Amino acid sequence: MEKPKTITPQDIKDQKIYQDWGLTDFEYNLISNDILHRLPNYTETGLYSGMWSEHCSYKNSKPVLRKFWSDGSRVLQGPGEGAGVLDIGDGQAVVFKAESHNHPSYVEPYEGAATGVGGIIRDIFSMGAKPVASLDSLRFGELTNDKNRFLLDKVVAGIAGYGNCIGVPTVGGEISFDPCYDGNPLVNVMCVGLMDQEDIEAGRASGAGNSIIYVGAKTGRDGINGATFASSQFSTEEESDRSAVQVGDPFMEKLLVDACLEVTHNHKDILVGIQDMGAAGLVSSSAEMADKANSGVDLDLDLVPQREIGMTPYEIMLSESQERMLLCVKAGHEDEILEIFEKHHLDAVVIGHVNDDKQYRLIHHGEVVCDIPTSSLVNDVPEYQHDVVEPERLKNVKEAKVPVISNVNVMVKTIIGQPTIASKESVYRQYDCRVQANTVVQPGSDSGVIRVRGTNKSLAMTTDANGRYIYLNPKLGGQIAVSEAARNIVASGAVPIGITDCLNFGNPDDSESYFEMDQSVEGISKACEKFDTPVIAGNVSLYNETDNKAIYPTPMIGMVGLIEDNQYITKSDFSETGELVYVIGDTNDDFAGSEIQKHLEGQISGKIHFDLEEEFSNQRLILDLIHNHLIESAHDVSEGGIIVSLLESLFENDLGLNGEIDITKAQLFSETQSRYVVSVSQEDRESFEKLAGKKAHLIGVTDDSQQINLRLQDGQYVDDVTTLKTIWKESLSCQMKSKA
Amino acid sequence: MKFAVISFPGSNCDMDMYYAVRDSLNEDVDLVTSDATNLDGYDGVLIPGGFSYGDYLRSGAVARFAPVMESVKEMAAEGKPVLGVCNGFQILTEANLLPGSLQHNTSMEFISDWSKLRVQNNDTMFTDQYEESEVIDIPIAHGEGNYYCDDETLAQLKANDQIVFTYEDNPNGSCDNIAGVVNEQGNVLGMMPHPERAVESILGGTDGLKLFKSLLNHVRS
Repeated sequence: MEKPKTITPQDIKDQKIYQDWGLTDFEYNLISNDILHRLPNYTETGLYSGMWSEHCSYKNSKPVLRKFWSDGSRVLQGPGEGAGVLDIGDGQAVVFKAESHNHPSYVEPYEGAATGVGGIIRDIFSMGAKPVASLDSLRFGELTNDKNRFLLDKVVAGIAGYGNCIGVPTVGGEISFDPCYDGNPLVNVMCVGLMDQEDIEAGRASGAGNSIIYVGAKTGRDGINGATFASSQFSTEEESDRSAVQVGDPFMEKLLVDACLEVTHNHKDILVGIQDMGAAGLVSSSAEMADKANSGVDLDLDLVPQREIGMTPYEIMLSESQERMLLCVKAGHEDEILEIFEKHHLDAVVIGHVNDDKQYRLIHHGEVVCDIPTSSLVNDVPEYQHDVVEPERLKNVKEAKVPVISNVNVMVKTIIGQPTIASKESVYRQYDCRVQANTVVQPGSDSGVIRVRGTNKSLAMTTDANGRYIYLNPKLGGQIAVSEAARNIVASGAVPIGITDCLNFGNPDDSESYFEMDQSVEGISKACEKFDTPVIAGNVSLYNETDNKAIYPTPMIGMVGLIEDNQYITKSDFSETGELVYVIGDTNDDFAGSEIQKHLEGQISGKIHFDLEEEFSNQRLILDLIHNHLIESAHDVSEGGIIVSLLESLFENDLGLNGEIDITKAQLFSETQSRYVVSVSQEDRESFEKLAGKKAHLIGVTDDSQQINLRLQDGQYVDDVTTLKTIWKESLSCQMKSKA
Repeated sequence: MKFAVISFPGSNCDMDMYYAVRDSLNEDVDLVTSDATNLDGYDGVLIPGGFSYGDYLRSGAVARFAPVMESVKEMAAEGKPVLGVCNGFQILTEANLLPGSLQHNTSMEFISDWSKLRVQNNDTMFTDQYEESEVIDIPIAHGEGNYYCDDETLAQLKANDQIVFTYEDNPNGSCDNIAGVVNEQGNVLGMMPHPERAVESILGGTDGLKLFKSLLNHVRS
């Protein structure tokens, strides 16, 4: 190991050591010539490298992120704090954010996923909110590959291990598979919290002389400079970069949640600010807190609880050890706070103070090892404008081929057995979705729904991403991603109120990759404005490339909806026999990026069609129908097409369906947007048809035959629902167990 | 009537149990930390689920040494009702208040689902509101719920009617499908399924209510 003592500021300059930490010549010169007017030492260079990484500074993505629409009457806190906050009435607020843990989950899937859960939960309670639910959006390469099966298995175990223990129910999420995620899985975790608006906290360190208190786990050598690690590409030869992955302790975090909420709720008068130590650990939390208050801090690193001996200032400041929080507390009141943490069996130590000269000053063994302007760590990072070049594949795009279905029965069985389409029960059965006793709609439906205890309201939540559509048309794909999430929310009976996102993209220096990000953000933003769902928090994960092969551009949308009255909660299953089944929205030949196209052609291509106005008007119709009690169930139509939605709605209660649908066999698998499958009781038929008008197409009636029998334009489709259910239910676990 | 819900560091179903008693049973209830050394004044004690002390050593193995457990033992000896759910069941077996032990599920995976239970003994202070052999829906959520005891103990459990609940479709490998057992005196019940998660129809079912009502009736009489 390099001994920092032996490396002088001159060595760092001459040997360009800063480059190993991801700083460019330009950035290094900016620091030494324009900010410090001297050469930065080893520790200082390390701090800049962490804080100026893409992960912490968004220096590459900021120009794009500014395009997000973040207004709206409900917004109490938009992007910039630990998480976003929305008004849900009655003095209460919902808090949420999503975060990616892609790179760590590839290197060490159990701990990578577990600490992803832990990190996002800390963001929520650092705002003063109780974490009440979490969701996970996962992407893997195909399960025919041993490594991908291993990754799925361990990522799921990691999410379960952490989430179950800490007692935050995992109520939803999604998983899909494509070869582009080989070597670069996506693990995006969203957490939702609830709070009284009067308890909203901010990460601020203000008031000279006020104390900085370190709470939670001791600092070790795990995850050193992980933010820099997350901001670079992978090569398979260097995949064993394990020191950059952290290890989680959900028990410790459970204690932290309880103790921090006690402080934020009962001791607001003496708490100045609170923030979690996430990416770039102690330096990012302390520098950001001080900078937000336009102040500085003096920290004595000898006081920082350490797990190992001989840690250097660089290691202490950039360690990403988990389960740590930083508080700023009014001078003279430290003991009151320390006692609370002691009661919860947690380490809590005063490690420094807010100063009045705005410097970021670190003392180690009595020596000043860092003395730099606090603001320079947070604000002076250069922002990079990137070239945007439209990829060739997006020019002169032709319509996708209409698939030829020789045997519709075989094709249905094949499609519902695809891991992307098949039931994910074998996964979500491992997640405790009911702890806290608020879960109304459990995983497997369009959205997870939790009630707000003590009120007659509920929250619906979902995560969605479809890299295929965005790959084929970034702008429309971005609109579709938000729309798909909104469809899930609406189908559960909720009004969409806001989103968070994880922007998972390739290398931003690639101008085509940057074009994809830029265009999809424009698409997302346009849809958000249309639906009145502001972007209130988010995260960026770039460099999702392994051996120079990028993933599909995959922005993940996490959306929350509000159910004003629990009587509107709507499930996606047909509940009994004799219900009329309708499709809302027209079905066309939309096969570009579809599951059937991927299956038949081995790749995706073609033109994407989407109409945002039509989408919005169908969403409004579904909500009107629900509010007028005219539908018994609602399920959105997405990957795999209408046949998948119909079967999923039949499976839960083992029902049959008999009827006629005015589409072709191929169109059973078409992925035309903005559609829903709804069921209506016979007595509501007239009122329903009057309100739904031409948008509704009656296709059949549920029965107890356990058969699906549909007359189509070009033939008939008849099959046994029970057999199909078995395939759908067991495919994923079968593929996890089988050898390629 | 007043109940105590014991909160160990790492308990995460303590509030669920608390709300079940307060809101669904409309009875007095306190959250009592595991440091407490006195449970005087309580008519019954409820040990909730979760991961006490992280369950890093073995489920319940550390919690049994918590100060409050002495008082729990005293209450059990006095014949007052003691209910342990999930991690609470594990703690009661570790504390030797109930026979047997809970091993890893045979699948070696955590299982969260609704499960069908059969009430094998409706002649206890926890179950007299249920019909004999009634089948009820109660959620489970555990990684170590596989009940094990030796043959001699199993024979005793059967002979004394100590097997209170069995799984209709054994999810975890428990011997004789056992989901819940009482002690010989009949006042200490341990069960892996979560009755406190089945007390409101909005949560998917109310089959857990009768357990709490049985308990309340007993305490009142």
